Amino acid sequence: MTLLGPSGGRPRALHPLAWWLWAASLAVCAMRTTNPFLLLLIGAVACFVVANCRGNAPWSRSLTFFLRIGVLVIVIRVVIEIVFGQRGLPGHVLFTLPRVPLPAWAAGVSIGGAVTAESIVQAFIQGLQFAVIVVCFGAANSLASPYRLLRCLPAVLYETGVALTVALAFTPELIQSIALVHQARRMRGIPTKGFRGLRGIAVPVLESALDRSLQLATSMDARGYGRRSPAASASRRLATSATVLGLLLAAVGLYGVIDSGSLFGLGLPIFAFAAVLCGAGLAVGGRRTSRTRYRPDPWRLPEWLVAVSGLLALAFMVATSVLDIVGLSPSFSNLVVPPLPLLPVVGILLALLPVLVAATPSAGKRSATSPIPNIADRAATPSLHKASA
Amino acid sequence: MIRFEQVSFTYTGAAQATLRQINIDVPEGELCLVVGETGTGKTTFLRAMNGLVPHFSGGTLAGTVTVDGRTTQDNRPRDLSDVVGFVAQNPLASFVTETVEDELAYTMENLGVAPDAMRRRVEDTVDLLGLHDLRDRSLRALSGGQQQRVAIGAVLTASPRVLVLDEPTSALDPAAAEEVLSTLARLVHDLGLTVVLAEHRLERVVPFADRVILLPGGGAPLKVGTPSEIMESSPVVPPLVELGRLVGWKPLPLTVRDARRQAGPLRQRIARVSPQVVTIDRDADAEVASVNRLRVAYGEVVALDGVDLSIGRGEIVALMGRNGSGKSTLLNALSGGQVSISGTVRVGSDDPKKLVAAALIHQVGLVPQDPGLLLYGESVQGECVAADKVSGLEVGTTARTLERVLPNVPPDRHPSDLSEGQRLALALAVVLAPAPSLLLLDEPTRGLDYPSKDRLIVVLRELAGAGHAIVLATHDVELAARVADRAVVLADGQVIADGPARQVVCHSPVFAPQVAKVLAPDEWLTVDEVRVALERAVPA
Repeated sequence: MTLLGPSGGRPRALHPLAWWLWAASLAVCAMRTTNPFLLLLIGAVACFVVANCRGNAPWSRSLTFFLRIGVLVIVIRVVIEIVFGQRGLPGHVLFTLPRVPLPAWAAGVSIGGAVTAESIVQAFIQGLQFAVIVVCFGAANSLASPYRLLRCLPAVLYETGVALTVALAFTPELIQSIALVHQARRMRGIPTKGFRGLRGIAVPVLESALDRSLQLATSMDARGYGRRSPAASASRRLATSATVLGLLLAAVGLYGVIDSGSLFGLGLPIFAFAAVLCGAGLAVGGRRTSRTRYRPDPWRLPEWLVAVSGLLALAFMVATSVLDIVGLSPSFSNLVVPPLPLLPVVGILLALLPVLVAATPSAGKRSATSPIPNIADRAATPSLHKASA
Repeated sequence: MIRFEQVSFTYTGAAQATLRQINIDVPEGELCLVVGETGTGKTTFLRAMNGLVPHFSGGTLAGTVTVDGRTTQDNRPRDLSDVVGFVAQNPLASFVTETVEDELAYTMENLGVAPDAMRRRVEDTVDLLGLHDLRDRSLRALSGGQQQRVAIGAVLTASPRVLVLDEPTSALDPAAAEEVLSTLARLVHDLGLTVVLAEHRLERVVPFADRVILLPGGGAPLKVGTPSEIMESSPVVPPLVELGRLVGWKPLPLTVRDARRQAGPLRQRIARVSPQVVTIDRDADAEVASVNRLRVAYGEVVALDGVDLSIGRGEIVALMGRNGSGKSTLLNALSGGQVSISGTVRVGSDDPKKLVAAALIHQVGLVPQDPGLLLYGESVQGECVAADKVSGLEVGTTARTLERVLPNVPPDRHPSDLSEGQRLALALAVVLAPAPSLLLLDEPTRGLDYPSKDRLIVVLRELAGAGHAIVLATHDVELAARVADRAVVLADGQVIADGPARQVVCHSPVFAPQVAKVLAPDEWLTVDEVRVALERAVPA
C-alpha cells in the first residue's frame, strides 16, 4: 500500500504526533457538524485508515473497544432522551410513557411523558456525534504507540513521562497478576467471588505490585536514572511548574477558542500566554538536562502528509461554515433527510491519504526474519501474544 | 577493580551483621562466582558493589567499597552506572521501557551519551548478544533466556567495566542457561570485562569461573580461591564435585570432560552392579488423574496440542521442557485453571474446572512458582489456622503437616520474611493438609539451596510412599534425576517423551544430569546411587 516509502527505507511507524494531529483534526470536524452523513463518513474514514495502517502491537486492536464505547454512548443518549425527554422537540408522538411525579425540589427533572420521533432522532445524532469523536481518539490510540508518544514529551516532563510509561507497562502485568492470585486462592479453597473475595485478591495483587515497583526502582537507580547535579534542581522545579501551569492554561484557553461564547472572548489571549509560558519552561528545562534521546522519531514527508490531510479536512469543514453552505447543522424539528454538502465530503475523504502514505509498521519484516518465538512465554501473557504474532 | 576493605553491613533493625569484616580484591578481567547457602548475604554482597547497599536498602555499612577507584560512599548507584552494570534476579521486573531496542538504549540516555555513539553501541551490543531478531519485539513477549540476554545487553551498552549478576540462570531451562553463561564467558574473554555472579545451581557455572568466593554465613570469614580449591571444602557443591569427592579423584573435576577422563576405573568397578532402583509401593493402575487429547490455546497461540497423560497413585512425574513448552499450562489445566480447553481433564472422576474451590482442594493441590502467592496470613501460625478453617479440618492439622515437611519454622514470623525453603515448606503444608490425591509443583527448586532441596526430595518421596501422585514441572535436571520415577518431556505443547525417568533423562543431551553424562552409557543418575553401588561392589 506504500506509495511513498518513508525515505525509501524499511517501513517504520510514523511519528505518533502525526497520528494524533490527524485524529484530533477529524474529531474537531465531528464536533463542528451534526449532519449524520458527515458524521458517519468521518467514523468510516477513521476506521478504514486504522484497518489499513495499524501495526500489530497490543494497543493496535483497541479500536473495537472504542467502537463498543461509541455504540454504548448512542444507546445511553437515546435511553436518557426517552426517560427524561419530556421537554424534547415537539412533533410526531411515537408513544407516551407514564409520568412519574417528582417532589418539588426536583422541579428541573421530569421522568416520562410523550416521546416524539424528532427528539429521538436528535438524541441519536447527538450520541452519534460523541461516538464518532470517541472513535477518532480510538483510532489515534490504535495507530500510535503510547510509549513513543510519551517519548515525545519535552525534557522538562521527562519524570512524568517515565511514571506514565511504567504505569502503562504494568497494566498487562497487573491483569496477569490478578489471574495468578485468583487461581492461587482457588487452590486454597477460598471463595473468589463477592466483596471478601475481591479484598482477598486485591491485597496480594497490591503487595506484588509494590514488590515489583521496588525492583524496578532498584534497576532504574542502578542504571543511572536521575543523574544530575543538585544545583540544577531549583531551576528544574521552576521549569516544570512553568510548563505544567502553561499546559493547564492552554487547556482553558483552548476551551475559550472552541466555544466562542465562554470566557468573555479571552480564549485567544489566554492561549497565547500559555504558549509563551510553556515555551519558557521548556527552554529553561531543556538547557539543564544532561539526558540524550535514542533514535527520536523523525518527522519526514509521510508525517507531513498525514498531519496535513487531517488539517485539510478540518479546513474544508471550517470553510463550509464560513461560506454558510447549508447542511452542517441540519434542523431536527421536521423529519427530512438532511442535504449532503459537497465541500466537507471532499475534505473528509482527503483524510484517507494516510492509507496511501503510511505503511503498516514492520509487520512484514518481523514475520520474515524472527524465528518462531516461544509459545508459552507468550502464552503466559495472553493479552500480549499478538505483539509478536 | 573491585576492592572491599573491612566491610561490614547491618540491615536496619537486624540483630546480626549480614556481612562481617570483608576484605577482598577482585582484579580486572576475572569471572568471579559467589556461592553460599541461602541467607548468607550473597545478594547483599553483590549489591554493595554498586552502592545499592546501603544507598537504596538502608542499613549501616562500615569500611569502604571501591570500584574502579570510586568509593560507594561518595557515589550513589546512579553515579556508578557507567562503571558497574547490575543485572537483578528477575529481568522482567527490571525492564523500564517497552521494546528491546529502547531498553538497550535506556542507560545511555540517562548517561547523556551522544545520539550517534548511542546508535553505534546499540548495534554493537545487538551483534554481541545475538539480539538482532528481537530488536523490535516487546520485552514481555520474550522467553526467559532472551529476557536475560536483553537485561545483560541493557547494562552493557553503557560500556561498564564490571558486570554484577544475581542468579542469572535460576529461572532458565538448561539450554537457555548455557546460552547466557557462554555469553558471559565471551564477554570476559573478548572484552576483558570483570564479571561477578551469584548462583545457587552450581553445576553449570563452576567450569566458567576463574575464582570462587564462598560466603559461609554465620559471621565466619569468607573463603576465596580457585574453583577446585573452594570445591574441596565447600558445603554447596555440584553433583560432579560430590562424585569426585566420593571417589577421591585428584584433581577434583569441574567439567564433565575432566570427570570422564578419570571415570574409566569407576565405571568398571560398578559395571556389575545395576543401579539400585528405589522401589516405592505404588499402584500405577490406580489412576489419579488423566488428560485426554488436551488442547489449550491462548488466542491464536497453541500452548498445548493434543496432550495425553495418565498419572497413577504414588507416582512422581517430572515434567520437563524448555521455557514456554507448555509445562505451566498443563499444571494449570490439571488444577482446574480458567483456560480454554478442548479435550478432557479428569482428577479422580471429576473435571477439576467444574469443582467448587472447597471440593477442589481435597483433590488437587498446586504449589505455584512463587509459593508466596498462596500465602496471605500475617504469621506462619495464622496461616496454618486459616488453612484449617477454610478446609474444614481439625485445628492443628496444617501446623502438624508443616512440622512434618520442615520442623522448626518460627510460628510468629511473617510469611514474606521466611527463607525461600521455609516459604515453600509452608505453602506445601497448606496445600497438603486437606490430603489431595494429586500434588502439582511448579519449579519448586527455584532459589532453593542444596540442603533445602535435599529436604524437599525426602518429603516428596514420603508423600509418594503415602500414595499421593506428584507432578513437578522443573528445569532442574538434577532434581528430576533424584526424585522422579517418570519423566515427561514437552516441546511446543506436545509430549515428545514419556517413560521411566532413567531412560528419558539419560538419553537426552540437554536433560541428562552430570552423573549420567560422566558414566554414560551406563544409566546412573545420582551420586547416591553410585555410593550404594560402591558399597556393594567393595566385597566383590
